[in-house]
Amino acid sequence: MSAPANIIVLIEHLKGSIPEISYEMLGIARKIADSSGGKVFAFIAGKGARELVAGLGAADTALVMDDPSAERLNDDVIIEGLKRAMVEKEASLVFVGCTNISFGIGSRLSRRTGVPYVNWVKEIKPVDTGYLVTSAVYGGKILSDVALKDGRAILGILSGSFPPDAGKIQKQPVVEEVSKPDVKSKLAFKRLIEPKAGDIDITRMDVLVSVGRGIQTPDNIPLAEELASALGGAVSASRPVVDQGWLPLTRQVGKSGMSVAPRLYLALGISGAPEHYEGMKGSKLIVAINTDPKAPIFDFAHYGAVVDCLELIEPLKEEILKRKGAK
Amino acid sequence: IKMAPDPVEELNVANDGKSLDSEFLRFKCGDPEEHSLEQALLLKERCGGRVTVVALDAPEVDDVLYTALAKGADSAVKINLDQTKLGSIATAYVFASYFVEKARITEDTLIMPGTQSIDDIEGEMGAILAELLELPYVGVVSGLNIEGGKAIVIKEFRSGIRGEYEVQLPAVFGIQSAEKPPRYVPVAKVRAAMKSSKIETVELSEPQKANILEIERMYKPEVAGRAQIIEGDINQVAARLAEIFAERGII
Ligand SMILES: Cc1cc2nc3c(=O)[nH]c(=O)nc-3n(C[C@H](O)[C@H](O)[C@H](O)COP(=O)(O)OP(=O)(O)OC[C@H]3O[C@@H](n4cnc5c(N)ncnc54)[C@H](O)[C@@H]3O)c2cc1C
Ligand SMILES: Nc1ncnc2c1ncn2[C@@H]1O[C@H](COP(=O)(O)O)[C@@H](O)[C@H]1O
Repeated sequence: MSAPANIIVLIEHLKGSIPEISYEMLGIARKIADSSGGKVFAFIAGKGARELVAGLGAADTALVMDDPSAERLNDDVIIEGLKRAMVEKEASLVFVGCTNISFGIGSRLSRRTGVPYVNWVKEIKPVDTGYLVTSAVYGGKILSDVALKDGRAILGILSGSFPPDAGKIQKQPVVEEVSKPDVKSKLAFKRLIEPKAGDIDITRMDVLVSVGRGIQTPDNIPLAEELASALGGAVSASRPVVDQGWLPLTRQVGKSGMSVAPRLYLALGISGAPEHYEGMKGSKLIVAINTDPKAPIFDFAHYGAVVDCLELIEPLKEEILKRKGAK
Repeated sequence: IKMAPDPVEELNVANDGKSLDSEFLRFKCGDPEEHSLEQALLLKERCGGRVTVVALDAPEVDDVLYTALAKGADSAVKINLDQTKLGSIATAYVFASYFVEKARITEDTLIMPGTQSIDDIEGEMGAILAELLELPYVGVVSGLNIEGGKAIVIKEFRSGIRGEYEVQLPAVFGIQSAEKPPRYVPVAKVRAAMKSSKIETVELSEPQKANILEIERMYKPEVAGRAQIIEGDINQVAARLAEIFAERGII
């Protein structure tokens, strides 16, 4: 039986809202704490933190480091704050999101505390005196188990791994104000940059034909656009397509891009990396076209076909137009 | 620069059940590193300076280093240790000793690894290196400039929202994507670089521990097989898909 686990969860927020990953972490933290007789602390820092605690009822206590002076607190300050809280609350586990916002916090906190960090965690099982944690590496193609024998760790939690609803409890947790540590930061936050308006808003489309590296050349994008318009939708893309400059950033789906939940997400030549999955997992119907039968996208698509997407586009468009014409 | 297994290739677990079977793996320069090199070259074009590419030893790494020289890097360094055997913490220790013992960090040094690679279970090398060198760190960077001796960096948050930071140099930046797609260099130019320039080798001692986390088991995920696979030739697949879309009222 494991010792009581006190768990600190680093809550993310951006522009006044808390993303799902924070609730996923709160939910699993609650479960582990309850089964071991420990407590959950939600650590929330930065401008507007105090207003957001009402949604953190899954935690016993919210540790609030509000700071109205800066739109975003520097990571250095958050890391020092977490380090103190770990000692004060005798926390054995700290959960941070494997996200852009919390990027690098876990591994730096680990260097400063000597508590090991494990990245890409998607499962946590209590065993004996500690835990067995499973990470998804190589873009989800390989799983890797690490044993935490003494039960102490900082875990980077992969988004989409735990049910967020378990962490959504509307109840005011006990609020504890935490003073801001005095850190001489060598970086200063300047401003938020919003995505350029003007392009199609892919988050509002019912149908997305999404292209990945398998689309091969920019010349094939117009073909995907024709298919998308036959379906009454638009073209979105994975990161490499946007990084190559074949489509604007406004079309990127995923961790750094948009989160979409269309009625149909038709993925052409996308492998289904965790960073991509994060942005489209809410889609009602996911159809994947990929020449690799082992591509991870088939693990979460509803329908799939192992064919060349370039060969499929034209006949599929014809079939769709035929059906629409017949109506 | 870090070499990574080509993600398109099939990955297999080695007989020890704890590592990747590297025998048939093809290595290529990681995606983020292509971008960090590109961003470094863009900065040099804009602000002057020198670009050095540094890598540990790995299969195919010489080609990647010569390619970097052909693209415009000023020098290339290979450290005598095997990249594939070291976890991100050990690697960070190696690079820290490289910067302390061999390369001098000055008031205008930017260390630019990629943001993250697909096998860094121990954490992001760049973030750990920054800790060891006591330098500021920003990851997931997609834009970088120098103004008044300071770095102005763009970091990605989510939903296309980004943040701008002003950072005192020297600093470590994990580059996610360069401002422009990585440049292409013809093979002939790479060959010319092989003839005209040399890769400098640097000897450093092995880090104390190659891996900090002890992996119990590596395995392929059970094929959940959630996707219902549509069989048949292209036309049959197209017809069945259109039928599914119609059933669901999408068309
Ligand atoms: C911090 C961070 C943030 C990131 N943010 C994002 C993000 O917001 N969005 C995102 O998408 N990624 C993001 N990534 C990148 C992500 O890890 C993957 O690298 C990326 O999603 C892969 O894109 P892809 O599937 O198009 O390419 P690949 O992984 O290269 O896959 C291409 C697929 O196409 C298939 N294929 C090839 N040819 C054909 C053909 N003719 N017909 C059919 N199939 C074919 C292949 O079998 C392969 O499965 C991020 C990574 C990091 C580290
Ligand atoms: N062995 C290595 N040699 C060179 N660069 C590395 C090495 N390990 C990590 N890096 C760099 O650090 C970045 C982050 O590494 P990682 O810890 O693997 O996510 C990578 O994208 C590389 O640019």
